[in-house]
Amino acid sequence: MLEDNMENRHCNSCECTCECSCECNNEMSCACKNDLREEMMMQLRAYKFSIIELALYLDTHPDDEKALCLHREYAKKAKELADKYQKMFGPLTINYPCKKWRWLEEPWPWERGNF
Amino acid sequence: MGKGEFLMWSYTKALEYPVKIKCTNPRLAKFIISQYGGPDGELAASLRYLSQRFGMPDEKAKAILNDIGTEELAHLEMVGTIVHQLTDGVCPEELEKAGLGAYYTDHGVDVYPQSAAGVPFTAAYIAAKGDPIANLQEDLAAEQKARATYEKLIDLCKDDPDVIEPLRFLRQREVVHFQRFGEALRGVQDKLAMKRFYMNDCKNMNNNNCNCLKEFNSVNNYNVCDSVCNCNNNR
Repeated sequence: MLEDNMENRHCNSCECTCECSCECNNEMSCACKNDLREEMMMQLRAYKFSIIELALYLDTHPDDEKALCLHREYAKKAKELADKYQKMFGPLTINYPCKKWRWLEEPWPWERGNF
Repeated sequence: MGKGEFLMWSYTKALEYPVKIKCTNPRLAKFIISQYGGPDGELAASLRYLSQRFGMPDEKAKAILNDIGTEELAHLEMVGTIVHQLTDGVCPEELEKAGLGAYYTDHGVDVYPQSAAGVPFTAAYIAAKGDPIANLQEDLAAEQKARATYEKLIDLCKDDPDVIEPLRFLRQREVVHFQRFGEALRGVQDKLAMKRFYMNDCKNMNNNNCNCLKEFNSVNNYNVCDSVCNCNNNR
């Protein structure tokens, strides 16, 4: 039932923003793309870590204005970078809207060669 | 990041700290698996904190249990990843030589929650006593035990920096969690040590929202229990 519904639905307003899966194009070789991906993931990880660390600190120091300000800053930066990353390299969560179901793409975090 | 992110837990397809182990080493995997499903492992930590949330009366302690319990799930994935990469593609003969013959028999190449000695995970590791002080003291001890375990593992992994790096990260997180639990415990203790002044008649201080209690408490630094207030405006 649900499946029928989903198949018959026309995708008029869907937010299809991501590119097709990694293809070598003239602008950027695959090796370059991997370097960029690694670099972006490292930065994203740093933002995410800062957010986690600040959140734990704020749980016991909710009135610390400086920490709150830093949390706002990193949350904003992380969101911007995550949007950019997912647009290029596929979804990081199942919430990211995609034209093609790129969630299946390997490697997964536990597999060698992950980013 | 997306629009549906605000419901329940959400998986992010990235590790909290990268794990990229170039050389397999089933001998180390046999030790490190203890932090996956052993007595002081990440699974026990995560379930301990997430279970203790429900009965925690203090707002800061509630949040810290929730958030550290969630981070421990990310650590569980990291430890599982280390064990997987250390044993990935290793032939059964080599696994047997590393002392993993019995493990291979029952679990193959899956990562199974057990201690270094092969004891399967048990819910007995999850202390939830129904007492905020007892629980938080337990959590402080748990973080120290996990830190000590990571230090022992780092001693055993001296020959592989790819393994040591994530273990050092995980060790460091235990130290931070210990600090935060200590602050939460102090908050709960301060609250319990506050002077209480019970009253059954506050007509003179009455107003519509029973701010009488709030004001009275803040001015006098008392903690008057609102259930004994007769003004009937506090619900």
